[in-house]
Amino acid sequence: MNNNHNKSGLSTPLHYREGQGGGAATQYIDLFAQCEAMICKHSAEALNSLRAKAFENFKRLGFPTRKVEAYKYTDVSKLFAPDYGLNLNRLDIPVNPYDAFKCDVPNMSTALYFVVNDRFYTATSDELQTTNGNRPNGSLVARSSSSIPDNILLGSLKEMAELHPDLVAKYYGKLADTGKDAVVALNTMLVQDGLLLYVPKGVVVEKPIQLVNILRADVNFMVNRRVLIVVEEGAQVRLLMCDHAMDKVDFLATQVIEAHVGAGATLDLYELEETTTSTHRFSHLYVQQEADSNVLVGGITLHNGLTRNTTHVTLAGSGASINLCGMAIADKKQHVDNNTFIDHRVSDCTSRELYKYVLDDSATGAFAGKVLVREGAQHTSSEQTNRNLCVTREARMYTQPQLEIYADDVKCSHGATVGQLDENALFYMRQRGISEREARLLLMFAFVGDVVDSIRLEALRDRLHLLVEKRFRGEMGKCQGCAMCK
Amino acid sequence: MLKIKDLHASINGKEILKGINLEVKPGEVHALMGQYGAGKSTLSNVLVGHPAYEVTKGSVTYNGKDLLAMSPEDRAHEGLFLSFQHPVEIPGVSMVNFMRAAVNEHRKYKGLSALTASEFLKLMREKRAIVELDNKLANRSVNEGFSGGEKKRNEIFQMAMLEPTFAILDETDSGLDVDALRVVAEGFNKLRTPETSALVITHYHRLLDYIKPDIVHVLYQGRIVKTAGPELAQEIESRGFDWIKREVE
Repeated sequence: MNNNHNKSGLSTPLHYREGQGGGAATQYIDLFAQCEAMICKHSAEALNSLRAKAFENFKRLGFPTRKVEAYKYTDVSKLFAPDYGLNLNRLDIPVNPYDAFKCDVPNMSTALYFVVNDRFYTATSDELQTTNGNRPNGSLVARSSSSIPDNILLGSLKEMAELHPDLVAKYYGKLADTGKDAVVALNTMLVQDGLLLYVPKGVVVEKPIQLVNILRADVNFMVNRRVLIVVEEGAQVRLLMCDHAMDKVDFLATQVIEAHVGAGATLDLYELEETTTSTHRFSHLYVQQEADSNVLVGGITLHNGLTRNTTHVTLAGSGASINLCGMAIADKKQHVDNNTFIDHRVSDCTSRELYKYVLDDSATGAFAGKVLVREGAQHTSSEQTNRNLCVTREARMYTQPQLEIYADDVKCSHGATVGQLDENALFYMRQRGISEREARLLLMFAFVGDVVDSIRLEALRDRLHLLVEKRFRGEMGKCQGCAMCK
Repeated sequence: MLKIKDLHASINGKEILKGINLEVKPGEVHALMGQYGAGKSTLSNVLVGHPAYEVTKGSVTYNGKDLLAMSPEDRAHEGLFLSFQHPVEIPGVSMVNFMRAAVNEHRKYKGLSALTASEFLKLMREKRAIVELDNKLANRSVNEGFSGGEKKRNEIFQMAMLEPTFAILDETDSGLDVDALRVVAEGFNKLRTPETSALVITHYHRLLDYIKPDIVHVLYQGRIVKTAGPELAQEIESRGFDWIKREVE
């Protein structure tokens, strides 16, 4: 344990009792009971106001075992059992993200921001170059950045909750139900900061916003991060979040994203994970869509340790459409679990879901996708596809498509496949002189091609084609082309 | 150039080839005829190294080298090309990427540097003209959504790109209308040189009207039972195979 951190208040979960039911949960219960004041002191009222209820729910729920259907394939309590440090006392982490992280998606003109663990770093890297990379003015709010319109809010959730308490209180915790999921309850209990993105009515943000999440610590470390996105009526915004881990320690990161998308609004949300084999990510994304809104979610796991993504989409207004696409490339002992739920509450909504996995070595993948078409949700159009490629005999894929329909005038389809590479195609290519390895790569690359092509940001799409190819070639242990990973 | 001696081969434990002997010299075109199940496609698959087939006896040398010891890709690099009876569709792999990978691996084998993007596209354009392959097809995924004729045309296009020294045409005429057959056959003829050889596998005579064989063989129950000049193809066209079967039995 790093002394410096320890003395100045790095907290560690206490009284961990191995092997007992609820043992993993107990340490967090004790931690919260002991540190609640410290947690609250370094956060904001809107966040603090939900802690007590989240705590009650967490105590009641405990971590799910694998007997809980939604967590059948990912053993949560085991993952939360080890000792992780937490920075509840909000010490400055000695890092300058702009120096550490120079990579961008090239040719993509983005407004670039950083979150180190859960702390937002203001201003773009361009602006920072003139200030020698120091965090300017102590401000964590990017309101005046030249890259984005003045009237949108983008910045630290804590700071925003202090500056705009009514706005944050109106939306925060409204979609993420702490009564149903222990990890969401834990996140809500412990979270101190994160990001707010607020795009007011009718505002179109031309430039994509890129947020680089960096995990940085000297000890095994837990991060609880929160993202609140509000896109008001008719507004449009594109957000790309890239997850990186800077150190070789074990990371356990929980993230809860709540996205409120107003009538006729458009949100493109991309999440790209390029972390390490010792990073465990638990992410919950809640999207609520009003009438005629259009949302694209792209979740791409390029490199990870263990990843569990839960996506919960509510189509609450007629004419809303969601395009949910995901891709995972995993090898070694990596694990990727996507659990999605699309709730067609009203009529005339469209959902399209496409997830593809390529599993090599002893990797395991899981996909559980449920589409619920409620009574009265007529003229629903829903399509769910999960296709998986197991490159070795040791790789395992578990897929569970589910469709529940309570309306009679709907068009719904779902399908899932698990397969190997097409031997006839392999031979055809080898007959043309392409080596077996190269032929396999071409086929794997082709397999995920349609997911990459679902991305509506051209520069990101091009970049991903390259990254995916490098990933398959084994040329990318982690992130490609950024200083910190070299 | 190609010497096949007493070749026996089986698939799933069932012996299909029961002692094939065949020699093809540089510049020669041999036709291999026979009914369904005679072993024609098995022979072509064995020659290019399809992993499903097991060679149980015999040898094949190509330009003095042991062909059966080579990987399928090295056989291709050594100049062997198979125009498949049923070309495989490969969704998501573009013709351009596929052909670039193939051409550059051939070049690497010969110790040549990879073509630049513009050199490669120029080569594609030139070779496309030989079989009148539409640019639209060249921009699609390999064989995906191609008609039967387009697939066969695409095979000859690939042959043009790779310039093999020994081409096997496995029922290239099947599924082709007369116009497509002419284009494909003429494309093949344009690619012939005095050093290149071919084995043309077919049921029918009509392909041989366009591609003139020097020698015609009849395959029956895994053996070559009759070998003669081009007039044999004519005779089969008018009399069928039964008289040959009777001769054998």
